[in-house]
Amino acid sequence: MSTTRESAVRVGLVYPELLGTYGDRGNAVVLVQRLRWRDHRAELVEITAGAPIPGSLDVYLFGGGEDDPQVMASAGMRSSRAAIDRARAEGAAVLAVCAGFQLIGHSYEAADGTMIDGLGLVDAVTRAGPNRLIGELVVEPDPPLPILTGFENHGGRTTLGPGEQPLGRVLARTGSGGNTEGLVGDRLIGTYMHGPVLPRNPALADHILSWVVGDLEPLDSTREEQLRAAQLHAGTARGMRKWWQERVLARG
Amino acid sequence: MSRRTLRTGAAIAAGQTAGWLSRVTGRGQGATISGRVINALAPDALGQLAHGQRVALVSATNGKTTTTRLLAAAVARTGEPVVSNATGANLTSGIAPILANAEAPGLAVLEVDERVLPRVVDPLGVELLVLGNLSRDQLDRYGEVHAVGDLWRHTADAHPDLRVVANASDPHVVWAATPAKTTWVDLGLGWRNDAATCPNCAALLRWSADRFDCPSCGFGQPATPNRLDGDSLVLDGTRVPLRLALPGRWNLANAALAVTAATTHYGVDPADAADAAATITTVAGRYMTVALPDARLARVLLAKNPAGWSEVLHHLSERDTSVVIAVNARIADGKDPSWLWDVPYELLRGQPVAAAGERALDVAVRLKYADVEHIVERDPLAAAARLPGAGVDIVASYTQFSALYRRHG
Repeated sequence: MSTTRESAVRVGLVYPELLGTYGDRGNAVVLVQRLRWRDHRAELVEITAGAPIPGSLDVYLFGGGEDDPQVMASAGMRSSRAAIDRARAEGAAVLAVCAGFQLIGHSYEAADGTMIDGLGLVDAVTRAGPNRLIGELVVEPDPPLPILTGFENHGGRTTLGPGEQPLGRVLARTGSGGNTEGLVGDRLIGTYMHGPVLPRNPALADHILSWVVGDLEPLDSTREEQLRAAQLHAGTARGMRKWWQERVLARG
Repeated sequence: MSRRTLRTGAAIAAGQTAGWLSRVTGRGQGATISGRVINALAPDALGQLAHGQRVALVSATNGKTTTTRLLAAAVARTGEPVVSNATGANLTSGIAPILANAEAPGLAVLEVDERVLPRVVDPLGVELLVLGNLSRDQLDRYGEVHAVGDLWRHTADAHPDLRVVANASDPHVVWAATPAKTTWVDLGLGWRNDAATCPNCAALLRWSADRFDCPSCGFGQPATPNRLDGDSLVLDGTRVPLRLALPGRWNLANAALAVTAATTHYGVDPADAADAAATITTVAGRYMTVALPDARLARVLLAKNPAGWSEVLHHLSERDTSVVIAVNARIADGKDPSWLWDVPYELLRGQPVAAAGERALDVAVRLKYADVEHIVERDPLAAAARLPGAGVDIVASYTQFSALYRRHG
């Protein structure tokens, strides 16, 4: 993809009525605004529940949702699988958060214990955990991404297949399980981080946008960085203690 | 009074002492600690305390404190003594001391937390439920909306003869109240973002401009001759003007529910009930004004969740005032302020706006992406003082609001 594209970048918010419980619209707003502020044309496209998901989007956003709506969303997403595959083959990016993250895996365990099929975009399976995980999550990804913060609120534990790479190591709270959080794939990110995640981590927003439009000119993100610093600090007491235990005590 | 055991009597005395200590030491208003002591010392106290009282419970995600206040004012027109938890203390710990302080048999109009409601219907011998609306609120603490609707539904299932006055326009409330003897009021469709799927069969609900229904199982909005129409309540063919001192469309909905309950259940004349509701100007600090250093007045509004914020913002964007958005994310506010992105702050474009509260930076980032010019000032009153204009409205999340009410109420 080049920066001289003629058409507007189409940021797709998939099923906001079903997958929009935790301010997930904010991720779409941030992507669109950060393009517009750089004089790129960008368009927020809402795909209402029940409608087919088109193959013409540049970014697919799958957000968080409650139990019944998540089951509804899974059926609609699976029936649009071919269009999503086609778009991804042409370079479209995916951000999948919480329920959305569970839905891009092979399957997840619903509230009543049944296993529900997901899209299978990635090699991951989610089982219900013994308790709900709630709190400020701090995650250390591989460079070039900086430390990320978000608010986790989920009961699922997601296990990645051997070929998949987590988004990062957990510095505070739990994440997907096994001390790792989320998943980073080919122009794809899955995560349990709400907040929403992109306004709290502008570098992650630009990382996703660069997949679609190539190199991006810098943007003043002072306010977002102030917020990120404040939330890192809030998550730090736990995060730094865990970090210290791992790095120092585990060595002994 | 004679039905109270010695143990309950002692518990009440101890509770009242604790409440007095709380007040004189400036730690609180005393209602909650007093109730906690009573409940700890005599767990069956609620039932004994409610003896002789005809109890109505009011619950909703938004508007329960105001609806309780309006209903208490309206039923007072019967001439019976009325007790009510006017401070918004709505757990069993808040209810017990109200009943303990009742001096004579009469009417108790009690606000109750949505999740506490099912536990107190039997102990209190409740004869009426008034149910407003259910929407997302503090997801980190309370979980998801459907679960609360299901809790209420179980209560109605277990009490098919219970009288209910309920909002016909909210799918969760309709689902919950259907098994009981319910009088419906069509309050108009407001926030619909938490009711995409049918509470009965989980299919997608179909929404039109003024109705919802489920194309799959037939669940839908019940027909009713009672509805809110502009600023009037139409009650079984009779138009009752609601001339409220309280602002906003949401308070018209609260009043419509209260007047319907007062009329249909307590036999109050509808015009009398509306008249009583119109006398209410502030409700436990909501809509109170605080003088700024330059003598301008700032009005304080409470908004706790996306549905509440959306109503308030629509109201303020029509008034063109200066607006302070004061947000905390403590336990009582919900620790995850991601809901900021569910609220159409874009409505405030062009108005003077300040981001305030402990989570002022979250608010500021949200306003930045909404293209709303703003200043950042943590203290809400200092923020209000820095904004221009004759009128300033401070919209505050729960703990921001409580702090202002404690200091200036």
